[in-house]
Amino acid sequence: MTPVPASPALELRKLCKTFSLPVRNGWRTTHVDHHAVKDVSLSLPQNAILGLVGESGSGKTTTGMIAMRLTEPTSGQILVDGTDITVMDHAALKPFRRKMQVVFQDSYSALDPMMTLGQIVAEPLHIHGVGTASEQTEQALAWLQRVGLDRSYGSRYPHELSGGQRQRVAIARALILRPTVLVADEPTSALDVSVKAQIINLLLDLQAEMGLSILFISHDLSVVRSLTDKVAVMFNGRVVEHAPTEAIFTDARHPYTRSLLDAIPVLNPQLRRTRTFLSRADLAASSPRLTQGDLTSPVAAGPDPQLVSVGEDHLVEAIVT
Amino acid sequence: MRLVDIENLSVSFAQHEGVVQAVRGLSLHVDAGESLGIVGESGSGKSVTCMAVLRLLREPPARITADRLALAGTDMRKASKRDLAQMRGRVAAMIFQDPMTAFDPVFTIGHQIIETIQAHRGTSNAVARTEAEALLARVEIKNPASILDSYPHQLSGGMLQRAMIAMALSCRPQILFADEPTTALDVTIQAQILQLIKDLQAEFGMGLIMVTHDLGVVAETVDRVVVMYGGRVMEAGPVQEIFDAPAHPYTRALLHSMPGQTAGRKRLVEIPGASPNPANPPTGCPFHPRCDQADAKCSAETPAFAAIAPARHAACWRLQ
Repeated sequence: MTPVPASPALELRKLCKTFSLPVRNGWRTTHVDHHAVKDVSLSLPQNAILGLVGESGSGKTTTGMIAMRLTEPTSGQILVDGTDITVMDHAALKPFRRKMQVVFQDSYSALDPMMTLGQIVAEPLHIHGVGTASEQTEQALAWLQRVGLDRSYGSRYPHELSGGQRQRVAIARALILRPTVLVADEPTSALDVSVKAQIINLLLDLQAEMGLSILFISHDLSVVRSLTDKVAVMFNGRVVEHAPTEAIFTDARHPYTRSLLDAIPVLNPQLRRTRTFLSRADLAASSPRLTQGDLTSPVAAGPDPQLVSVGEDHLVEAIVT
Repeated sequence: MRLVDIENLSVSFAQHEGVVQAVRGLSLHVDAGESLGIVGESGSGKSVTCMAVLRLLREPPARITADRLALAGTDMRKASKRDLAQMRGRVAAMIFQDPMTAFDPVFTIGHQIIETIQAHRGTSNAVARTEAEALLARVEIKNPASILDSYPHQLSGGMLQRAMIAMALSCRPQILFADEPTTALDVTIQAQILQLIKDLQAEFGMGLIMVTHDLGVVAETVDRVVVMYGGRVMEAGPVQEIFDAPAHPYTRALLHSMPGQTAGRKRLVEIPGASPNPANPPTGCPFHPRCDQADAKCSAETPAFAAIAPARHAACWRLQ
C-alpha cells in the first residue's frame, strides 16, 4: 500500500472576493463590483514557506485574510490540513483557529496597549482554555524568551518596546498555540534594516524547529528571496505567476513579475541604469502568448489568459494559441 | 560652490525625561550639482540634520550648536525669520516621506502649488496656474489640469509624491532635500520616483540630499554617502567605494545584513542588539555594544571622524 500524500497545510481553491463599492453620480449612489481576488488557487505544503508577492491593491492581503477566514470569500474553498473550513460556523471553526495564526505589519496597533506583554502572549491560551492560569503565564514567559526577549518583559507594556521587539511579541503570541499555518502579512516592512534580518532569522529558526507552514505576504522581493521556498505573484487580484523562489528570480516569465524584479534597487552603483516603465494598463494587457509546445502539460487554446504550466512547478498566466 | 556646509553640528532636545542628543558633532558638505546620501536607521539623526540646516526645528525644545552651518553661503545660525522665508523654496526645498500629511487636505493640489509660486515670485494667478500645470506635466503626471483641481485624498501615494516634487521644484531651488521620499511607496513606483528625482537633478543642476534607511536607494541615486548611527557619522565617502569596500564595521554589517543578495533560502547575517537610546547613548563609539570588533577603548573613548583614504572618512578606532 502506498502512503497517502499528506494534505497541504493550507489550500485555497478558486477563491474570489468581490467588494461592492459605492460610486456617487450626482445625488444618486450606485455600486460597482470590485474584484479584489479573482480565481486564486494556492497550495501551502506542510513545513514550507510560500511567498505571496504583489503591490498595494493586488489582493495579496485580502487573500491572506480570506485564508484565515477573517474575511468571507464570495466563492471558492479554503482547506486546512485537508478539511474544508469555508462554510464552518463559529463553534466548528474554533479548533481550526488554533491551527492558523497571523502576524501583521503594524505591531503597534496589533498589541493591546492596556495589557502587559505577558498577558498578550498568554491570551490565546486563555481563549482556547489551554492549561491553568499559572501554566499559561509560565508558557508565555518561556515564549518571550524563545523569541529573544527576556522573561522580565512579561510585566512590561507594548509602548516600552521598539518596533522589532513588538514584532517578536506578536510572533510569540501567534505561535504559542503551536499552529500549523502562520500567515505573516508584511511583518518586516516597518522595521529598520538591522532589525529586519533579526526577525527574518527568527521566523526561519522557528519554522524549522516547529515544522510550521508560513504564508509570507510581502512586497519586498529581497526578503522573499531569502525566506521562501515558493513564490506566487499577484496582480490585479489574480495569481499571474507561481514558481519555486529561484525560478522567479532567474526565469520569470510574466512581464509583471519581470517589472517587479527590475524595480528592485541594485546594491552596486556601477550597475545603475535607466529603467523603462510599463503602465499598469500595459502590464494588464501583456499576458505572454504561448503555443502548446511551450507548455509542459497541454491545455485547450483560448483567447483569455489562463494559468498554464511551463516548467517544473512553474505556472504562468498566458494566452495559449 | 559649497551649497551645504556643516561643521560640528549638534542638535539636542530638552525632553521631560532629560536631554535627548539627536545629532552629535556632525560635519558634511554638498557642492553645487552634487548628490549626497545620508543613510541611517530610525533615530540615527539623519532627518534631524536636514531639519536643523533648514532651521525647521522649533527652538526650544531643540538646541542647535555648530561651528559652521551654512546654506548657499548664508549663515543659517544668524538668519532672521525673513531671510529663512526667502531661502526656503528658492535656495532649498524639501520633500517628505508621507505626501498625504505634507499636503493640506482641505485645499486642492493646484491651490497649494499656485500659492507656493505666488508667495515666492508674486506672479499673477493665471501665470502661476500655467506654470503649475507645466510642472505637473514635467513630473510625468498625465492629466495635469484635472490633477490641479483634485484634492489630496483623491490621488494615490505615487501621484501625491510627484505633486510634492513639482511643488518643491516650483521655485527652482539650488538644493533639494528628499527625506525618505519613496519609503511609503510600492517598489515599481519607488523606482519611477527615484528615476524622476535623478533626471530632474541633472536637468536643473540641483544639489541633492537623499535621506534614507535603504542602501539600495543610495546605490541607485547618489554620488557620495554619509552613514549615520546614534547621532554620529560613522563613515563617509564616494558611493562606489563605500559599496565596494565598506570600512566601518557598522557599514559592513549593514551591507551584509541586506536580504536577497544571493540565491536560496538562508539565515541572514544579523546585527545583534538594538539601536542606542538617544536619551542615554553608550559612552565611546555609539556602535560598540553591537560591534564584533569592539574592545575596551571603543567603549571608553569616542573615535574621531578622521581621514582613512583620499576623500574617505570614518570614525573607528580600528581604522586609525
